[in-house]
Amino acid sequence: MKPPPFTYHSPSSVEETLDVLAETGTDGKVLAGGQSLIPLMNMRLAAPAHLIDINGAGGLDVLRTSDDGVRVGATVRQARVERDAEVFRVQPLLRWATGFVAHPVVRNRGTVVGSLAHADPAGELPAVLALLDGTIEVVSRGARRTVTGRDFFAGPLESSLEPDELAVSAFFPALPDRAGASFAEVARRHGDFAVCGAAGLVELDDDLRVAAARVAYVSVGPNPVVLDLTEACGHRSPGATDWTRAADAARGRLDPGADIHASAEYRRHLAGVLTARVLGEAGARAHGAAASGDGAHSGALR
Amino acid sequence: MSEDVYEIRLTVNGVPRSARAPARRLLSDFLRHDLGLTGTHVGCEHGVCGCCTVLLDGAPVRSCLMFAVSARAHEVTTVEGLGGPDGSLGPVQRAFQECHALQCGFCTPGFLVAVTALVRDARAAGRAGPTEEEVLEGISGNLCRCTGYQNIVKAVHRAADLMAEHGAEDGGEP
Repeated sequence: MKPPPFTYHSPSSVEETLDVLAETGTDGKVLAGGQSLIPLMNMRLAAPAHLIDINGAGGLDVLRTSDDGVRVGATVRQARVERDAEVFRVQPLLRWATGFVAHPVVRNRGTVVGSLAHADPAGELPAVLALLDGTIEVVSRGARRTVTGRDFFAGPLESSLEPDELAVSAFFPALPDRAGASFAEVARRHGDFAVCGAAGLVELDDDLRVAAARVAYVSVGPNPVVLDLTEACGHRSPGATDWTRAADAARGRLDPGADIHASAEYRRHLAGVLTARVLGEAGARAHGAAASGDGAHSGALR
Repeated sequence: MSEDVYEIRLTVNGVPRSARAPARRLLSDFLRHDLGLTGTHVGCEHGVCGCCTVLLDGAPVRSCLMFAVSARAHEVTTVEGLGGPDGSLGPVQRAFQECHALQCGFCTPGFLVAVTALVRDARAAGRAGPTEEEVLEGISGNLCRCTGYQNIVKAVHRAADLMAEHGAEDGGEP
């Protein structure tokens, strides 16, 4: 249970980090919070020859919120995002989902961007990024690109990051006007890996009927799966919507795998239950937000 | 492979400390083996049990999920730092003793450290102590195989009471 030897790098700038990444190539691994990487190293499931600790690189510990959304730097801890009042105002789903990431003590060290780069299909934050059509800012020596969640998650524990690239920040778009969100998951114990999880987003039109309903699923495939369930919701007000129809539609479209924790059939069942739960709650929240927006719609909330 | 050894300087329980260790030395092992502070216990070494919890710049973290070299120039508080300089028990330790919140004691250092931060944060927010829900969430990452947790939960509330009394004696709190 001791990590294997590695060469430690502690670059003092992003530029220096990129130089080290370019030199170490596939032998190098970035260390941010380490809450997923270090257990894997302790169990000798991962043995990177070079660890590049970015905690001293500077400029990455930045959490910026605007009315457009939340930008989270690469070394911002999950606990900070969870507690931040401005983040909650702009995109409350981040707090609700982060509360399911391991335990509070782990979130004090674990980072949001690290969780995305780890690309665990059981991870909550990749599903949130995918649901919100968020993006990840990626840099390498002399290059910079913005990657969508859809393109970033390449498979279980696999992102589309090249060996010489560093994910410097993630952007989570704000909750739109007249919209609500919700997160729920089923795990054997709170804080354990999700057997199945779901993040839901409901948007209402001017007449407060469901205009869009989407759900992203955790632990239901190699990558976060996002379903558009708008049609199945039937364009009614949230209170008059039969969310179980959306659940049925989701069950028909998902193809979960089986493992030691759950059969495929049980996962499909849970996905349906959680679909109805998160859409119902997101719909009620959207209605509440629109109602308190009072004709001027929820512009006043922002 | 010959490993590079680093001079690791940090502050532990208010005292500047240093020792030499390779980069792969976990903070938990550094505290125990290199600094001789064996109060921090090591259970699972993959972040599940919570026995190795220490405060890093005031925030509770798993010392088994951090390399000592990453803690350079930071402040660490271990269970040894929770009591008075004369060896007397701190308020959280007293509460655990009064409420019989430990049996074998192996998990206790991790609980004491996590609970210290939990109660401190609630009080810093201007409240008497953490709510029941906050207590359950706050200790959810620490495993105890003896007590069944009931007395630990009681001890967290008792610790908040003791801190309030202590604060009142100091005239710092109403």
